[in-house]
Amino acid sequence: MEFLRPASWEEALAAKAEHPSAVPIAGGTDVMVEINFDHRRPGHLMDLNRIPELHEWEVGDETVRLGASVPYSEVIDRLATELPGLALASHTVGSPQIRNRGSVGGNLGAASPAGDSHPALLAAGAEVEAESVRGTRFIPVEDFYTGVKRNALAEDELIKNIHIKKADGPQQFSKVGTRNAMVIAVCAFSIALHPESRTVRAGIGSAAPTPVRPRAAEDFLGAALEEGGFWDSGATLTPSLAREFAELCAGACNPIDDVRGSAAYRRRAVGVMARRTLGWTWESYRGNRPGGTTTEGGAPCA
Amino acid sequence: MRVTFTVNGRQHEADDVWEGESLLYVLRERMGLPGSKNACEQGECGSCTVRLDGTPVCACLVAAGQAEGREVTTVEGLPEFARRRAGGAERAAGDAEAAAELSPVQQAFIDAGAVQCGFCTPGLLVAADELIERKPQPSDADIREALSGNLCRCTGYEKILDAVRLAAARADETREVV
Repeated sequence: MEFLRPASWEEALAAKAEHPSAVPIAGGTDVMVEINFDHRRPGHLMDLNRIPELHEWEVGDETVRLGASVPYSEVIDRLATELPGLALASHTVGSPQIRNRGSVGGNLGAASPAGDSHPALLAAGAEVEAESVRGTRFIPVEDFYTGVKRNALAEDELIKNIHIKKADGPQQFSKVGTRNAMVIAVCAFSIALHPESRTVRAGIGSAAPTPVRPRAAEDFLGAALEEGGFWDSGATLTPSLAREFAELCAGACNPIDDVRGSAAYRRRAVGVMARRTLGWTWESYRGNRPGGTTTEGGAPCA
Repeated sequence: MRVTFTVNGRQHEADDVWEGESLLYVLRERMGLPGSKNACEQGECGSCTVRLDGTPVCACLVAAGQAEGREVTTVEGLPEFARRRAGGAERAAGDAEAAAELSPVQQAFIDAGAVQCGFCTPGLLVAADELIERKPQPSDADIREALSGNLCRCTGYEKILDAVRLAAARADETREVV
């Protein structure tokens, strides 16, 4: 094995072009486990810790540019206002030690269907900035996951940044596991209300070969909220509406039976999380509308 | 490959390090610092917790080469680390008195009866010490959160929580006196 230690992003891209099978390592919370257990013996291990820009983030007008190696602990401490769903999801990752090292870029690189950040990225809306010596691509996150632990990166590409839409409404994240800390999700769910575009987006984790967006559920809810005038009235959600949303979310799953849970349990739990998180976010949306009838904040005038 | 980094204030060097080797292995097997324990090797148990440039991490998940040029603090260095943080003077290596000294967190673990088999203790000490440094008067929720990555199979955790409360309370008393 050879240890590559690029001191700059350009050096890293050149090294990845020269050794396409080189395994990038940042926090090491996935890669080192595979090496420790002899599940992986890459010819080259490429340390990305020495590249400063991968640890930087920047809040723009509409998006947050999150460097691929920014640890979860920083997302939690510094970006909870702009990225509330991702901050909640980050807080459920492993333990403090893991959150100090692990990063969203690593989650995307590993592309495990159980990765905690995926549902939040799907719900918020995000693009992965992938770069190689050939150039830069921006990949919508829903197109990034291509299979179990497979992603859309070409073999010479590295993830540089993740560009995540700043929240324009309430967001939530929910995860099922046996305890609070150190848990790989049995299944997970994230929802984001987007009052500016009057849409709702969601993401489901660990209940299909890849993280998925329940598009039918999103479309149904978006249309129902619009037709019922809910965005303007801020009225309480009709229970039947939340139930239908939950069922459509459960229907978007394509889970398997495994050691962490059965397919039937996952489908059911996703439905429950969908209904609950919708309730939480909608109540928060209503509560943030002064007087309940004006259209201050994110909600535009009709 | 050769790796060089600072451990507990002193520069250490290791040769013939395999590229896939963990920081934990280098500390234990090549630098003669077996305080950090090797248990799960997958970041689940926290018994290998060390501080890397001040941040608590699982040493089993840091590739040795990633530690190059950086500063590592292990449980062996806690007494000196705590002394310097409190403004104490540096002591010469091999100082017998220094070698026998314990950090406040270590003393609190003994006094509260928080040590049984002791295997998880080094990781817990490093994590607890960092918590009290960051948050001198931690709430119970803070303590639980800070130690949530450290597994103990003996104590049921109650005595460990007692020990951290005790260490924080003593640090508080010390500050009031000063």
